[in-house]
Amino acid sequence: MIPLSWYLILSAALFSIGLFGVLSRRNAVAILLGIELMLNAVNINLVSFWRYGDVSMMAGQVFAIIVFAVAASEVAVGLALVISVYRSRNTVIADEIDLMKW
Amino acid sequence: MNFWTNPVNFVAQWLLGLLTGWGMPGWLASLLIQFIGVVVLVSMMMLIDIFLVWIERKVVARFQDRLGPNRVGPFGMIQPFADIIKLLIKEDITPDGADKLIYNLAPVLSLMSVLLLWAIVPLAPVIFGVDLNVGVLYIIAAGAIGTLSIILAAWASNNKFALVGAFRQVAVLVSFEVPMLATMLIPTVLAGSMGMNEIVQSQNVWYIVLAPLAGLIFMVAAIAELGRAPFDLNEAESEIVAGYHIEYTGMKFGLFYAGELLHAFTFGGFWAVLFLGGYRFFGLENLGPIVAAVILMAKALFGYWLIMWVRYTVMRIRIDHMLAFNWKFLTPLAFVLLMLTALMNALLRGTSSGVYILGMLLTNVILGWVIIEILRGLSRRERERIEGVATVKNFPSPHPLSQGERGKG
Amino acid sequence: MTFTQIIFLVTAAVILGSALMVVSTRNLVHAALWLIVTLFGVAVLYAILNASFLAVVQVVVYIGAIAILFIFAIMLTRREMRDRGPQLNRGWWLNIIIAGLTFGGLFWMLQGWSGFSKAAADFPSGYDAVGQLGKALVSPTGFVLPFEVASVLLLAALVGAVYVAFARK
Repeated sequence: MIPLSWYLILSAALFSIGLFGVLSRRNAVAILLGIELMLNAVNINLVSFWRYGDVSMMAGQVFAIIVFAVAASEVAVGLALVISVYRSRNTVIADEIDLMKW
Repeated sequence: MNFWTNPVNFVAQWLLGLLTGWGMPGWLASLLIQFIGVVVLVSMMMLIDIFLVWIERKVVARFQDRLGPNRVGPFGMIQPFADIIKLLIKEDITPDGADKLIYNLAPVLSLMSVLLLWAIVPLAPVIFGVDLNVGVLYIIAAGAIGTLSIILAAWASNNKFALVGAFRQVAVLVSFEVPMLATMLIPTVLAGSMGMNEIVQSQNVWYIVLAPLAGLIFMVAAIAELGRAPFDLNEAESEIVAGYHIEYTGMKFGLFYAGELLHAFTFGGFWAVLFLGGYRFFGLENLGPIVAAVILMAKALFGYWLIMWVRYTVMRIRIDHMLAFNWKFLTPLAFVLLMLTALMNALLRGTSSGVYILGMLLTNVILGWVIIEILRGLSRRERERIEGVATVKNFPSPHPLSQGERGKG
Repeated sequence: MTFTQIIFLVTAAVILGSALMVVSTRNLVHAALWLIVTLFGVAVLYAILNASFLAVVQVVVYIGAIAILFIFAIMLTRREMRDRGPQLNRGWWLNIIIAGLTFGGLFWMLQGWSGFSKAAADFPSGYDAVGQLGKALVSPTGFVLPFEVASVLLLAALVGAVYVAFARK
């Protein structure tokens, strides 16, 4: 049988990789890819806590589903913003979208 | 237990005994047997696929008043093998600037997404890959991989026509998934389960009787999902040559082609499972699992024939019409139908089966009639907007075409 | 080492390896494809955890919708087939340290927790996870309010995305 710790370590590692992607990538779409990795890490945690806790309490699975919904809306709005920015400024490099920094 | 009542289990037990008798550990033997099962299922599907090529060509020939393949073998039945040999000896071209790995991966994914579907089809009460308790959703999930293969093939072949085709196809697939899922939920509601086997078991009355509109919408959405005419915008030979597989040659193209045919047959099968009672046919399925499997295959062929019938009689629809048709007509209708079916199902559950069947059927008929009335009103308003109100009331139409036709008559 | 453990380790290796490729590969379409591999691995994990509904929904939502949306966005926002120039920020080595510290901190906090190496209990007999989940999502004593809020969020996102991405002539 697999101990809970394996899932938690895997999820922590996935979260850190996602964090690295979010911090280091220059392309706005790639930053969103990193955020997806982090959301998945959270979901692994939620589902494994459901399985390893009291299985009659469905909170873990329910919140995983809500994370799905949040991820879907985040990607839809985020990518719409990226495409909108690309139309007006012809770039998706996060450093170059700096009009508000002045 | 003998071979006739439970063939798969019988053979598996026999193999298990044989392998463990040779000194193989138990878990390895059962794993090996499962692999053998998968290989047998996949090979059977591929064998059927070869004959689907022949069936498709024969049927289209009949629709177009031709004979079809008739030279190689009896009734041209060896023709598909000749086709395969031809595809195998063609030059295998990879276009310049193509992404080699993805380019070679896409046809495999395309066929894989179809073969995956057969894991959950209950061929008989005891012959199935897995009896998944989320079977209905699994169909959509495997379809997602098919969508992916199309966009990958198009992007990797570095061709504008391919990408245009893929963009069209993905727009269509993503939007037609919505009414499809909504109508697949109707058998789920009626059966009280998402498992394919349970849906079939609960169909004492075929669901096409209880929910004919749902069956119709599922068929339309399935044809759109398959990318077949009248929804074949992804290939659209006259506009973008061949769509996403324009650059593929030889057996790689063959994989796409085989995947497309098997996909159509598979959706015929799902239509049969969800709405036509699957392997059940008035008690005939009790004779044995092999008979039941034959019944399911016959029903799947019937569904496949319907898909072919539509394909070769209806013309291609423009993409904006198609998306408008989906979002403004099919999706709302599917949702209304789902809610109405759930409501009527809850209301009529306690009544006798005659009242239940009649109530469900009447609900569908009334809803269908209301929709047709609404559509008629809309199309009349549209016609009046285009032609002008006055001319519709006064009979002689100023429209040049209709005048010309009347002149001829 | 049992069979399930071997499957878990292989899946975990695939998830982490492809996740590393997502954040490091230069070609963004390839990054999206590696993301799909990661997501598929996570779906397999859900299947190992007996959450079959979530495993299938993971494939439907993530691979069928989100990953394809990503591929679309990548194709719509580039001028050439391959991006030129550096893909990472100048201080990327600092970010490795930050990510490493995050992992170390999480690990350190977790290993002090008493339930860290807990084993899963077997399901009670006749337990139907999908049925339980469905009841929990719509029962007033369960999670009907979060569920409805999530659906409103999806609607808002739909309207917002269409409004933002709509090309004004």
